[in-house]
Amino acid sequence: MSFNALPQSSMPLLMGNSLNAWSDALTGFAPMGLPLGLLVIAAIPLVFIALYALTYGVYGERKISAFMQDRLGPMEVGKWGILQTLADILKLLQKEDIVPTSADKFLFVIGPGVLFVGSFLAFAVLPFGPAFIGANLNVGLFYAIGIVALEVVGILAAGWGSNNKWALYGAVRSVAQIVSYEIPAAIALLCGAMMAGTLDMQEINVLQSGTWGFAHFFLFQSPIAWLPFLIYFIASLAETNRAPFDIPEAESELVAGYFTEYSGMKFAVIFLAEYGSMFMVSAIISIVFLGGWNSPLPNIGPLALNDMTTGPVWGAFWIIMKGFFFIFVQMWLRWTLPRLRVDQLMYLCWKVLTPFAFLSFVLTAIWMIYVP
Amino acid sequence: MAGQGSVRVTRKSDNVVIIEKDLATEEMVLSMGPQHPSTHGVLRLECRTDGEVVTEAEPYLGYLHRCFEKHCEHVDYQAIVPYTDRMDYLAGMNSEMAYAIAVEKLLDIEIPRRVEFIRVIVSELNRIASHLVAIGTYAIDLGAFTPFLFCFRDREHILNMLEWASGARMLYNYIWIGGLAYDVPSDFQKRVGEFVDYFRPKAVELSRLLTENEIFVKRTKGIGIMPADVAINYGWSGPMLRGSGVQWDLRRNDPYSIYPELDFAVPVPDGKFSDVGDCLSRHLVRALEIEESLKIIEQCIGKMPPAEGFDPRAAVPKRIRPKAGEVYARAENPRGELGFYILSDGKSTSPLRCKARSSCFVNLSAMKDLSKGQLIPDLVAIIGSIDIVLGEVDR
Repeated sequence: MSFNALPQSSMPLLMGNSLNAWSDALTGFAPMGLPLGLLVIAAIPLVFIALYALTYGVYGERKISAFMQDRLGPMEVGKWGILQTLADILKLLQKEDIVPTSADKFLFVIGPGVLFVGSFLAFAVLPFGPAFIGANLNVGLFYAIGIVALEVVGILAAGWGSNNKWALYGAVRSVAQIVSYEIPAAIALLCGAMMAGTLDMQEINVLQSGTWGFAHFFLFQSPIAWLPFLIYFIASLAETNRAPFDIPEAESELVAGYFTEYSGMKFAVIFLAEYGSMFMVSAIISIVFLGGWNSPLPNIGPLALNDMTTGPVWGAFWIIMKGFFFIFVQMWLRWTLPRLRVDQLMYLCWKVLTPFAFLSFVLTAIWMIYVP
Repeated sequence: MAGQGSVRVTRKSDNVVIIEKDLATEEMVLSMGPQHPSTHGVLRLECRTDGEVVTEAEPYLGYLHRCFEKHCEHVDYQAIVPYTDRMDYLAGMNSEMAYAIAVEKLLDIEIPRRVEFIRVIVSELNRIASHLVAIGTYAIDLGAFTPFLFCFRDREHILNMLEWASGARMLYNYIWIGGLAYDVPSDFQKRVGEFVDYFRPKAVELSRLLTENEIFVKRTKGIGIMPADVAINYGWSGPMLRGSGVQWDLRRNDPYSIYPELDFAVPVPDGKFSDVGDCLSRHLVRALEIEESLKIIEQCIGKMPPAEGFDPRAAVPKRIRPKAGEVYARAENPRGELGFYILSDGKSTSPLRCKARSSCFVNLSAMKDLSKGQLIPDLVAIIGSIDIVLGEVDR
């Protein structure tokens, strides 16, 4: 399927009516031979991660958890405490940058960096709306699955470099967990890729657009799509070390896991990376199963809700909203469930999720071959 | 057969992990505490670990030692009461009551009936507060944060009421030898009744959020099993012993105060929901005891004698100088049997010797046995289920 197949009517003229209009224009912007446009493209996800982690990530999580726990949450700094995160960041910036004397200095310093780069690089192939994608790779989904594994290197570097027994435990647990959970996660995503017939992130989105809104989403296109959807969601919780799979940083067992020794800005970078990957997995699950930047609203007779809510800006709105919804579910689970044990976590991965992921893979294949 | 360097990890039926390996790996000594989030204060466990498996854990105590027993030999009998608050600081009323009972037994004095009722009400309220902390922190040990805050929200109401009665939130100095510091405020019974009505649905909510949670059950069922005979040999008491299936409650088995007049059950696990003697049983006993305490409080409110002409200090002796002799009195604390052994020489106004039998200390002594071959997360679950208060362990 080519881009021309996209119904022109669903793309109101806001700024160019072809796919990737904004990012293509930016790529071409290179005054005096300097690729400034590419820099802007790289900066957009960075600014987005920082802004969202500050507002929805930290402040939102604190307010949501407070709401669930009969508390008020931050209320002192600014109205309703909205400036609390800013104050926290300023505090972290002022902190002394401590490297433990017995730590492996090199690994200790690069650990948070590698961790953040791992989650940030995946943003390159996340389409923020039909008009913008960092790098329009034809193996975008594959790239996203693969590049996340870089986080493991960062975690191991941080845990080993700290020269702290708790950090080492956290790092070893984390590596075992992330590497294991990549298998069901990847197989579940393959089901989506199989339904699309492509690994191109923009094309997966395009294939899910149509005037019926949500009915075109892959989740509703096949009777078994909910299974890989569920498997990927569970596995993504484990990949981002979120509860109930937060055993690498289990604060009641391992003090703080692999970042026990970190403070100040390095700690903030680890936090940023965590929120970055939270949004990344949420965006991937919404792209592959819930239509990405497509509007979920259908056209109902003369009321063309779908057409009204489609376009480059609307696309960015929808994908960010879908991502935020899954982040909300992640927070909801975190503040509800206890933590699993290491062996139970591995049991869930290898004996439950992986077989069911294979099953859903086979069933999706059968569905794709025999049912038009 | 396994090849060279292979490791076989098996879990026996009683949940002890056995590691067999052809290639010897080094054991790591892991110092857990005194600054560790789940050692409930300043307990230190020196663990020998093989990967995630703890082959041996040795508890080290004394980081909170304040010479309680030596202090007692140098202050008057009345002045020891505030010290008992600081032993088990989560259940100050219960500790005060145990101490007061001991000295009253030594002096052989009669206590007004209303005093007994007020003592039972405040100590049962404090028992609920203490169990709420135990359950809440146990939830945190297992990674569930929200039940903890629910517990503390409800505990706050109890602390407010106890503050209303005594003027302090945790360290009350309310139960005096022979009486009370003050009578309860005039609306106290009404407010306590309101709290009981408010708290019943909250307890159900808590059990649905935590006790019936699949992950919670998975984490605690079959972990840290203590057979009844071993528990008795260790001298366990309170919810720990009842968790092992022994129906032993001093309020029933060695009654004191007005407990014989009250109708309440002594819950022990039946082995259907949990394996008898495991962490889940101990948690269940605490959760069920909250309901029994509510029952006791309700009965006490109904039966309490009127306040007319009541002087809470009527039987309080001005100067305590007991006859030469010794006494041991014990009471059922939220954490088990708290006993005071007091020796008087008949001349002094302070005891010659005052020994406290701490339930936490005795319960903790089984730690070494319980921790053998457990995973680190299970070790945390076991420490949490023992529900230690280091203020009482170290004294």
